[in-house]
Parts: sequence; structure tokens; C-alpha cells
Amino acid sequence: MELIQQLVNGVSLGSIYALIALGYTMVYGIVKLINFAHGDVFMVGSFVGFYAITVMDLSFIPALLLSMVTCAIFGVLIERIAYKPLRNATRIAALITAIGVSLLIENGLIYVRGAQPEAYPNNVLPMDKLDIFGVSISSQSILILSVSIILMIILQFVVHKTKIGKAMRAVSFDSEAAKLMGINVNNTISATFAIGSALAGAAGVIFGIYYIKIEPLMGVLPGLKAFVAAVLGGIGIIPGAMVGGLLLGIIEALVSAAGYSLWRDGVAFIVLIFILIFLPQGLFGKNRREKV
Amino acid sequence: MTILKKSKGFWLSIVVALIFFGIMQFFIANGMLNPFYINTLMFIGINIMLATSLHLIIGITGQFSIGHAGFLAVGAYASAVMTMKLEFPFIVAVLAGGIFAAVAGMVIGIPSLRLKGDYLAIATLGFGEIVRIILLNIEYVGGASGMQVSHLTTWPWVFACVMITVIVIRNFTNSTHGRACISVREDETAADAMGINTTYYKVAAFVIGAFFAGVAGSLYAHNFYIIQPSNFGFLKSFDILIFVVLGGLGSLSGSVLAAILLTIVTTFLQDYPETRMIIYSLVLILMMIFRPQGLMGTREITALFTHKKTKGDQKDGSHNTVA
Repeated sequence: MELIQQLVNGVSLGSIYALIALGYTMVYGIVKLINFAHGDVFMVGSFVGFYAITVMDLSFIPALLLSMVTCAIFGVLIERIAYKPLRNATRIAALITAIGVSLLIENGLIYVRGAQPEAYPNNVLPMDKLDIFGVSISSQSILILSVSIILMIILQFVVHKTKIGKAMRAVSFDSEAAKLMGINVNNTISATFAIGSALAGAAGVIFGIYYIKIEPLMGVLPGLKAFVAAVLGGIGIIPGAMVGGLLLGIIEALVSAAGYSLWRDGVAFIVLIFILIFLPQGLFGKNRREKV
Repeated sequence: MTILKKSKGFWLSIVVALIFFGIMQFFIANGMLNPFYINTLMFIGINIMLATSLHLIIGITGQFSIGHAGFLAVGAYASAVMTMKLEFPFIVAVLAGGIFAAVAGMVIGIPSLRLKGDYLAIATLGFGEIVRIILLNIEYVGGASGMQVSHLTTWPWVFACVMITVIVIRNFTNSTHGRACISVREDETAADAMGINTTYYKVAAFVIGAFFAGVAGSLYAHNFYIIQPSNFGFLKSFDILIFVVLGGLGSLSGSVLAAILLTIVTTFLQDYPETRMIIYSLVLILMMIFRPQGLMGTREITALFTHKKTKGDQKDGSHNTVA
């Protein structure tokens, strides 16, 4: 039963990774940029949620929505100010900029409010324990999982059934051709950043409720792990990010359960290196030959 | 003629460096320099080594590695174990630091150099983190609380190591092998087609870079009284990356200058770490938007003096390719 308990924890953690990984994978799919600042958007979302709940006295759903909207605007701002001038620069230049933006957000926040951590109030969601076949599952993890799943279903709907989703798919397939077909590439890229950042904001609030403690540097490690999850699932592929995130969460929970909790943070990177060596296109990706 | 001129400049700069060393040594020996400045001086030396060793990997070979602190950590811990636990002399420890880091460079280099661009960046970042987590979990070297190290790094040591690093990397860059590395940076597929063993040169650059990072690590460890795994997180890697990017990807003198400049800025902003990081990050962003080739581009500082004479003689890749 202990094992199932750990699996449930793993799925909760994994759904947070999956939500962040979606943003990575969408942005990478469309502009071929590893958005290092994405983990920090997640952190900002967590703080917005915290202040919404404690200062503005909002309940869970409004706080979640507020955080998502704020993060969406924030993500678009980052894209417009920092990444847009580099659209045609080398990828290394864009990557360095992304690192710079990430450092700027972290240290800017530390500068404004200090590095001290905050604690989410623990009465945001009811704390019942449900007994299902002898496994006690907190109602929180069920709620977290269902919120993530709902968000992912909405995302699938947006990407596959709406006009903007069609534009996003077209731009990620071939942005030049999309431009020729009259698609506004800049707006589409901004929309991608907005959606990805909104998901990261939601993940931030969920993370805060589940793990209580939040701090300005909290986004770094989950951000990197979410990137690993995106690579695991095949970068640029939306269902891949979801599966990769859940898988990574479960792997981490199992490593903790096996008694190696100190090694937990290392496992993600070991998974990454193995995936990159043996299956660089990821679980869901197609192998593409390099052309000159 | 140009060869003579070049080597003349080379010897001249060595003489200038030795004079600088002598003056500093005189000041330090007579106690005319307060410990704070001596420490800054050592720090500059260590950072120059780190910057030039990363310059070889990123600037010359074009392999975007952001896990350089991992090599630093391997060197620091290997040398600290040598002096503190096994009681070897310092020189053995310095060499051991370099060799262990070089082995680490090879171990990580061979598999991950199949990757390119941003994938390689992430893999090296992951490597740096793995090193940190491994060190965190080894009780022998003190785990999270770190390891006590005695203070053995002195100014002559730092100076000698910096000189060796810079000279070796400069000469490597100008050798056949260095040319091969530059061709890998410019176009890997074309280099491959010209019969250059690209994997070999990428791993070679990684191993040499890691070796000097390891040597820098041993000096780093013996300059502080304690080393902890948290000193070698990816913020440290980014610090080193900023030297290379600011100096200009592909410019040795650029990374040396940036290392000197930023170390001085860092010591002045020691009490305001957030301000320092905000300045760093703004510099990175603005630099990439307005001058992506860095302060020096791929040029060297000597080009400033010989510019007029060698105008028609631009063979040294003075076009602005970044990685």
C-alpha cells in the first residue's frame, strides 16, 4: 500500500511538472528556444496566487485564474521585450538571453521583497483523507490532479479546435509558409507564450498549495525538471509533455520510496542524459534526419 | 614577417606579465597590499583560468556548455582530498585536480557531444547538477556541510597557473588542432566533410577545458577555508559563462578582460548580491540584443595595435560568428 501511496504522490508532483513542461514544449515547438525563464514564470504565478489568497482573500479558483492571467501577461511581456528582437539571431544568443531573463526575474523579486520564503495558508482547500481500497489519498491531490487534467483538456481543445490553435500548429510546422498564408506570426508566438505561461502560473498555485513553502528561487529546479519532462516526452509535442511530466513525477516518487530521497534531484538529470543519448527524439517524437 | 611580429608580441606580453608579477610579489612580500586586495587578485587569477578554459569550449569549439562549475567542483574536491586526507604536497593536489576534472570532462564529453546546441547545453547543465548532488551525498568529503581546506594558494601559484593556462590555450588555438576546433565551430558538417574528426576535437576541447577548470578548482579550494557543494551550483556556471559571453565568444583576450572587469565589479558589490545579479542579467540581455558578438567579437586585443598594418590581412576569422 505504501507503494500506491507513493505513486499517488508521484502523480500529483508529475502533474505539476506536466503543466510546466507544456509551456516549455509549446514555446520550443514554435520558436526553437529553451525558455529558461519559464521556471520563473511558474514562481511568479505561485507568488501571485499567494498574495491573491492572503491579501485579497480570494478562494482557490479565483486565485488560480488571477495567477494564470497575470502570468499570461507576464509571459507575453517577456517575449515582446527580450525574445522578439532576437527572432533571427543565433540560437545560442537566444539561449543566453533566456538565462539572463531568468536571473533578472529571480533577483528582481529578491530585490523587491527579499529572499525570505512564504508559507501558503493550509486552509485553501479542504484537507480530507479519502480511503480508497485501504489507500488514504488526500482530497488535495485529487483536486490538483483534476485541475491539471481539466487544464490539459482545455489546452488540447484550444490547440486542435480553434483558429489560434491552428495558427500555432502552422507556425510551428513552418513559420515562413505560415506567414505567406496570412497568419500573423508575431501574434501567434505571443499567444503561445501567453498560454504556456498561464499553465505555468496555474502550476505555481497548485505547487504552493501542495508543498506550502514558496520562495524566489523555487522555480529553478522544477523548471529544469519540467524541461527534462518535455524532452522525455519529445520536445514540441503536447501529449508528450503531459506523459513525460507524469512519468518523471512517478520516477522521482519511486526513487524517494526506495530510500534514496537525497538523490531525487539527480535522477531527473540522469534520465535526461540517458534519453538524450539513446532516444533523443523523446518517447513520442519522430526521428528527423539532419540535412545540410 | 608576420610570424616574427606575432612572436615578438608574444614575448613582449610575457615580459610585461612577469614585470606585473614582480611588482605585485614585491608589494605582497612587503605587506604593502592589504589582504582584501590580495584576495581580489587571486580571485581574478582563478576567474581568468575559468573564463579561458570555458572560452576554449564555447568560443573556439562552439560547444555550448553551461556546466563548467561541475569541473570546477571536481577539481576542488579532488585536490582537497589530496591535501587534507591523503596529505600529498600541493603541487600533486593541483595536478590531481586537473586530471580528475579532465577525466570527468572525457566521461561527460564522449556521450553528450553527440548532442548539439541547446540539447548539449541542457545535458552539461544536468551534468553540473549531478556532480553537485553526488558530492552532497558523499560522507567522506563532508556532504552538505562541506570540507575544511587549509590555505595553500599563494600569488606565485595563481600567477604561474594563469600564465600556463593562457599560453597553452593560446597556442592550442593557433595550432592545427585549434584550427580544426574552429572549423567545428563554424560548420560542423562541413568540417566533417573535410575529413576532420569532429568528435575527437570536441572531446579534446572538453578535456583540455575541464583540465584547466580543475586546476582552477584546486586553487579555488585552497584559497577558501571551506568548500561546500552549494558553491558549485549552476549560478557559478552562469558566472563563468558571463565572462565568456561578455568578452566575446571566440576572443581569448576578451574573456580575460571580462573576467578581470567582472571580478572587480563583483568585489565592489559583494554586499549586494541581488544588485550584482540584476546588473549581470541586464548586461546579458542588452548585450545579446545590441551586441551579440560580445565586447571583442572574435578579435583579440592585439588587433587594436596592429590594426592598420594588417588591414588587408584578415585571415584570422574576424567575421562575427557566434558559436
